[in-house]
Amino acid sequence: MGTIVLLAVIAGIVLWMVGAYNGLISLKNQVVNGWKQIDVQLKRRHDLIPNLVNTVKGAMDFERSTLDAVISARNRAIGATGVQQTAKAEGELTQALGRLFALTEAYPDLKATNNVAQLQEELTSTENKIGFARQLYNDVATQYNTRQMQFPTNLVAGLAKASPAELWEIEDAGERAVPTVDLSPNKRGA
Amino acid sequence: MSDDANLFAQQQANRRRSTWLTLGFILFFAWVGFGGDLAFWLLTADAPPDAYHHVVPFIGILSVLSAAAICWYSWRHGAERVLWATGAWELIEPGTPEQKQLMNVVEEMAIASGLPKPRVWIVPDADPNAFATGRDAATASVAVTEGLLATLSRDELQAVIAHEMAHVRNLDVRLMTLLAGMIGAIALLSDGMGRMIGRGGRLGGRAGALRAGGRRGGGKGNPLGVVILVLWLLTLVIAPVISRLLAMAVSRKREYLADATGAQLTRNPMALASALEKLAGATAATESITQGAAHLCIVDPSPGLMSSREGFLADFVASHPPIRQRIVRLQGMAYQQAKRETAGAGSPQ
Repeated sequence: MGTIVLLAVIAGIVLWMVGAYNGLISLKNQVVNGWKQIDVQLKRRHDLIPNLVNTVKGAMDFERSTLDAVISARNRAIGATGVQQTAKAEGELTQALGRLFALTEAYPDLKATNNVAQLQEELTSTENKIGFARQLYNDVATQYNTRQMQFPTNLVAGLAKASPAELWEIEDAGERAVPTVDLSPNKRGA
Repeated sequence: MSDDANLFAQQQANRRRSTWLTLGFILFFAWVGFGGDLAFWLLTADAPPDAYHHVVPFIGILSVLSAAAICWYSWRHGAERVLWATGAWELIEPGTPEQKQLMNVVEEMAIASGLPKPRVWIVPDADPNAFATGRDAATASVAVTEGLLATLSRDELQAVIAHEMAHVRNLDVRLMTLLAGMIGAIALLSDGMGRMIGRGGRLGGRAGALRAGGRRGGGKGNPLGVVILVLWLLTLVIAPVISRLLAMAVSRKREYLADATGAQLTRNPMALASALEKLAGATAATESITQGAAHLCIVDPSPGLMSSREGFLADFVASHPPIRQRIVRLQGMAYQQAKRETAGAGSPQ
């Protein structure tokens, strides 16, 4: 009788361990997947920037420093590794782009070019997607981090090789808001 | 986590309601069918042996079968029918900047809500409006009118799409699309039966025989037959109204929730508030959206009627809550958000 109880208890513990382990692994994969979603959008953003710079270069040649700032921020962002570094580099890129967009306001004929408007729309959308993907990533990563620290799941955390995932923190309040770069032609009466 | 639990509860509730709705619909058709059979049977029971006796309840069998067929059809093709009825066309390769922007915004909201990207449709109508339809997230479609694209800014468009994605995520679309199919079927049934009975009476067909039977008999069974016949006719007359009221009641509750979820997705309640403001300002009716699909839309397609009013009657008849109240609630959310952000500046969101 005693053996049966003992066996049942051991079976229960093993079953629980399997469940907890699998739960952690599935969360871990969700975190990885969430990061991939961000990565796809970041790549797209990096690809769009040279197009934008080339398109506006002719008209804005004397804004050289702004254009250079965008290019170098982009290159730094491409080279960045890890969540923290990427977050920082992308934040700087967002600011550089913001300045460029603000400057294009001064060139009505440039804005009138369909190409520039389209590129701006694409970049705005990509930034929004990054923002929303980041939100999703942070949610899953927080869930994963909490789970692996909580008792009793923390007992199997080592087995699942779980380590806390880095969150994508936003430094300043200006970047916290979804960018409001909106020069698109889709305004009332346009 | 509590958001997840809430979402799950919403989805469960909508699944349950869809089942009850389908059952209710089939029961209604069963009553229409077998009730008719019963009336015929009672009224022909005393007829002479050589006259017609209604024994086999074929009206009932037929109508239950057709109700099941309609449910199945609404389930499989309801969304297509709704889109077809509005004359919408599917946007696949965006041509104009506006279309490209719409596509982008839908992709953004799909990411924000964690759902697959729905199919995008454009309704050729100058009045701004939007709706979502489909069985679930995988088969969902989001449709906007040309007028919506022309009047809203990017942020406002995003807010409207977020509202529609909230309907998709809550599975509101399933219930609403089923309802749209059933409203159409009931309207058709009521029309058709009305016409058939009318003609039958004029030509002295079966209904004439019925009346004769009723007069001749006057016995025990017949008054009951007449009562059932009257009840039966009454059901047919009021069914379209009832079904529409049901749709309105179902839709009204969901609009506040979709507003709130949508604002959560964009983190920008004011954008939806100002979009609603613009939609409320457009006083023309959305002509391509008929009564049967009104409950699917973000704002009532036939405005000026009820959605601008408040009070008991409006609560009962309108398909949407008063826009004013929706805007006020969104402004409240924006205020709360601003308060949180100033309080917790610097902390990660």
